[in-house]
Amino acid sequence: MPLALKTYSTVAEAGSALKAADARYLGGGTLVVRAANEGDLSFSTYVRSTDPLLSAIMVEAGVVTVGAGVTMAAVARHPELTAIASAAKAVGGPAVRNMATVGGNLFAAAPYGDFAVALLALDATVHTTAGYLGIDEFLAGRDSSDAVVASVSFAVPAAGKFRFLKAARIKPKGVSIVSIAAVIETDAGGKVTSARIALGCMADRPIRAKGAEKALIGAMLTEDGVAKAVAAVGEGTSPITDAIASAWYRSEVLPVHFRRLLLA
Amino acid sequence: MAKVPVQFTLNGEEKAEFVDSGATLLKVVRDKLGDTSPKSGCNQGTCGACSVLVDGELRLSCLTLAETCEGAHIVTTGGLAKDGVLHPLQRAFMDEFAAQCGFCTPGMIMAAKALLDRTPDPSRDEVVEALSGNICRCTGYEPIIRAVLTAARANSQNAA
Repeated sequence: MPLALKTYSTVAEAGSALKAADARYLGGGTLVVRAANEGDLSFSTYVRSTDPLLSAIMVEAGVVTVGAGVTMAAVARHPELTAIASAAKAVGGPAVRNMATVGGNLFAAAPYGDFAVALLALDATVHTTAGYLGIDEFLAGRDSSDAVVASVSFAVPAAGKFRFLKAARIKPKGVSIVSIAAVIETDAGGKVTSARIALGCMADRPIRAKGAEKALIGAMLTEDGVAKAVAAVGEGTSPITDAIASAWYRSEVLPVHFRRLLLA
Repeated sequence: MAKVPVQFTLNGEEKAEFVDSGATLLKVVRDKLGDTSPKSGCNQGTCGACSVLVDGELRLSCLTLAETCEGAHIVTTGGLAKDGVLHPLQRAFMDEFAAQCGFCTPGMIMAAKALLDRTPDPSRDEVVEALSGNICRCTGYEPIIRAVLTAARANSQNAA
């Protein structure tokens, strides 16, 4: 089937064009062109936008708005985003990071989408042509969405509050066995006052570890203190099975990596 | 299939072509422009054999649409040798026996060039990281890493 590329100067126009049944939004191409190369016949039109807002990173009063077309490489090198650079660097090799976008990562099926795991832990807001959505709601409904993501915004975490871990078999870079992102606040005595934990590869898309979040409140980040949260981290998960790891294996190693992340 | 006009430079030469809408940069560079140095490996963005520089940035040409490169400067391994003299990276890959079947080599060289253009004197870890998106099934990587470090040394000696 012939493919065609349609380019629009604004996100809104691209959003209208994406309503067509045969259209797919083209960000960096690492998901959509790959699908076309693999013979995906469910679309025949690439829609993209050259709107400059898509490639902008704006930081205002501690809240950052990252355009959906911003690449992983651009996030990783941005001086005000050093706290979350580890999550952007976890994606792909250098060429993929020069292409893969923040918006695209929100749609990446497991085992991909490590940066979206970070965005889930950061409680990001997703700005689409259909309005603003919390990231939990956005991820739950992403398969049926025909809106274009324009940007995501989130409060930049203070140094040390954001934790990220990606376990892979290949060094230095490989597909995730599991990725974990967490934003954890503690009081002066070291007790956890709030925790938001997101898991990659433990379902078809990033999910929260709500049982572990609850178990962490009031706990100290010590071997004994985190034991209940570690025991609860697998609750409600349904890991994927792929060539990298089986669902069983992912379930077995998740608590190990989660404990390491908490005690790091 | 609708044809669309695209203009860019390939290894410094102006190119203007009518290409199939939706065609990848890899297909246009290889089939239309006859530069077969970028290889068609996995077509999934996994192997890195198709790596090229677009405006100085390492990209996977199999996942880049040619139309999105309008006005861009594209560099491939095929354009590195000047007047019959190999680029230091090409020379180092030969000297260190960094190519066996050779299929990954043009992508490796582009990934290495992207690194050395910004980091002329990289550490071994930086080289490993820079090549992490490129797969080689022959060499075990060590000769490739050595070649990149050798090329970096050769460059710094030439500059001195």
